Amino acid sequence: MTTKNQEENQAGITQEGRFYSAERLHAMHDMMLYIRRFEEKAGQMYGLKKIGGFCHLCNGQEAVCVGMEEASEPTDYMMTSYRDHGHIIARGSDPTAIMAELLGRAGGIVGGKGGSMHMFDKEKNFAGGNGIVGEQVPIGTGFAFASKYNDDKRVSITIMGDGGVNQGAVYESFNMAALWKLPVVFVIENNQYAMGTSLSRASAETHLYKRGISFKVPGIQVDGMDVLEVERKMAEAIEHARSGKGPMIVEMMTYRYRGHSMSDPATYRTRDEVDEWRSGRDPIVRLQKQMIEAGLSTEADFKQKDKDIKKEVVAVAKAAEAQPEPDLSALWDDIITDEIPNAYPYPRQVG
Amino acid sequence: MAKITYRDALNQAMCQEMERDERVFLMGEEVAEYNGAYKVSQGMLDKFGPRRVIDTPITELGFAGLGVGAAMAGLRPVIEFMTWNFAILAADQIVNAAAKMKYMTGGQYDCPMVFRGAGGAAARVSSQHSQAFENWYANIPGLKVVMPSNPADAKGLLAASIRDNDTVIFIENEMNYGDIGEVPEGEYIIPLGKADIKRVGSDVTLIAHSRMTGYALLAAEELAKQGIDAEVVDPRTIRPLDEATILTSVAKTNRAVVIEEGWRFAGIGAEISARIMEKAFDDLDAPVARVTGKDVPMPYAANLENYALPSVAEIVEAARVVCNRA
Ligand SMILES: Cc1ncc(C[n+]2csc(CCOP(=O)(O)OP(=O)(O)O)c2C)c(N)n1
Ligand SMILES: [Mg+2]
Repeated sequence: MTTKNQEENQAGITQEGRFYSAERLHAMHDMMLYIRRFEEKAGQMYGLKKIGGFCHLCNGQEAVCVGMEEASEPTDYMMTSYRDHGHIIARGSDPTAIMAELLGRAGGIVGGKGGSMHMFDKEKNFAGGNGIVGEQVPIGTGFAFASKYNDDKRVSITIMGDGGVNQGAVYESFNMAALWKLPVVFVIENNQYAMGTSLSRASAETHLYKRGISFKVPGIQVDGMDVLEVERKMAEAIEHARSGKGPMIVEMMTYRYRGHSMSDPATYRTRDEVDEWRSGRDPIVRLQKQMIEAGLSTEADFKQKDKDIKKEVVAVAKAAEAQPEPDLSALWDDIITDEIPNAYPYPRQVG
Repeated sequence: MAKITYRDALNQAMCQEMERDERVFLMGEEVAEYNGAYKVSQGMLDKFGPRRVIDTPITELGFAGLGVGAAMAGLRPVIEFMTWNFAILAADQIVNAAAKMKYMTGGQYDCPMVFRGAGGAAARVSSQHSQAFENWYANIPGLKVVMPSNPADAKGLLAASIRDNDTVIFIENEMNYGDIGEVPEGEYIIPLGKADIKRVGSDVTLIAHSRMTGYALLAAEELAKQGIDAEVVDPRTIRPLDEATILTSVAKTNRAVVIEEGWRFAGIGAEISARIMEKAFDDLDAPVARVTGKDVPMPYAANLENYALPSVAEIVEAARVVCNRA
């Protein structure tokens, strides 16, 4: 339930007993909108063949990216699959570096070595960016292991898809995390499809938050189209993990508006289905309505904001495109840390 | 110097490094309470406690990946595979994650860790438990592959591998665990990427790693009786390879035999002979010969198993052929 609220004389919204200041709501809104416009721009650049390879957009899933980020500490670790632009933008990484990565430029966030699927930002504790479905789940469990080893109370937020959740590595991770009470939140972004395979065609148990039952990992289901609910439930899950109670599963019910990747026309879904999510449950429109209702903003303000963000994104794309491609010598960089100069294959040599 | 087993030498290296660096931990199946399936980690749980010596469920992919994450987060995992046969289940984390992480992240994340365990043929355990995989990992940029052939090397190379800032594939040999040899006491490090001449000779170079080094030394003794003076070179680190030591030896002997326990096709011997051809063609008085495991899955029956593996007699024969003495 959303109500107009004045907490400590501050304008904002209280939902399910949790107060969000106007300032924070604006920040969440702006970030979601930024991700939406960034992804649209990426789609455009792909169409112009400026971005190559696989490119997976997260339009529709912005509330998951932003709500999770809002609930976590900057020192918490986060990692996900190849559908990673929204998450790393929400983490606060430099959008120009992200766009430059998409364009294969020297100033890309991983120097042009990774592209769309492999966004990393160690300074922001964002650990990928993994192209192998489910691979990040044991890795995220390892980050949680390190937290426990160092007793530094950092939580690992390990994200996977509704398709990824069927990998064996996920269950191996659930088991170890529960066994050793590791501080990890397993987030399942249930956008209903893994490429062209709908959830029910791939999963015997479609309530994915129950997938931890055999491992005593508690799970909750969250409306992933409601950024405030995402924030609130994630905060609970993170607190659970941080307090030493072990892992938790959070199933985010969400939807991707676009095809799986840029080459997918998504003919396996009906127009009606897409419309139902897109116009009925859009996370940005929803927050805008709540904020207007609470008197925190107006439609005109949001229109102006959108214009500003679009401009920002255009500028980012321009700046990224102006960057040079990586120097050819970069081909040989960052393979080995302790290079052994006199042994074959010799560092930085063809033969 | 004390005379200790290959297994105890490995144990000393791990203890030495764990005492030195708080970030190092050992994880794997049966490593703690059971003291190791092959007793390599004997006593380590008592010494370091359950925080740093950790028994896992039977979940190779899971704990390999956990190790990758822990390494990315700043720890220095030693991940034990009971044998390398089981590491195939973890291949994704080794090949797609650990080996690629530094590159794929533009140098932001490292994976300083050791994957270790028993490789090669064991005794009478048939096809799934007796095989050599060093060529798989040696093919991959981003990995180092290390294989000790005696107790002293086991200690010095494992300690160096744990200190190394890259992902090291450390393949021990089950048949060597009980071997006894002189091992330096205290801190002992053998730099990676350095071959070792295990026997000096002038007529033919025998290049062999891991358990095959011992076979090559036995073959050299037999050859000596026949008037052929063999030099035995043990690369110790398979990737990257100290080919200079091999090429220098071949320049002296003009003849080479490469020996490996694994299969011939696309094996380590194929790479080493190709390098000798590329770099030392003019030094050769005969084509390089290879002695390898037969191109079959390992059988159980004792006579078949023996036949499947390289033998000292085959090495002697190959050396005689390249020396025109067959
Ligand atoms: C191990 C593996 N198998 C298959 C693929 C090919 N693939 C890429 S994405 C994908 C679908 C994954 O869907 P989901 O986990 O639901 O994530 P979403 O794309 O919906 O975010 C598949 C099959 C892969 N990258 N890795
Ligand atoms: Mg999906």
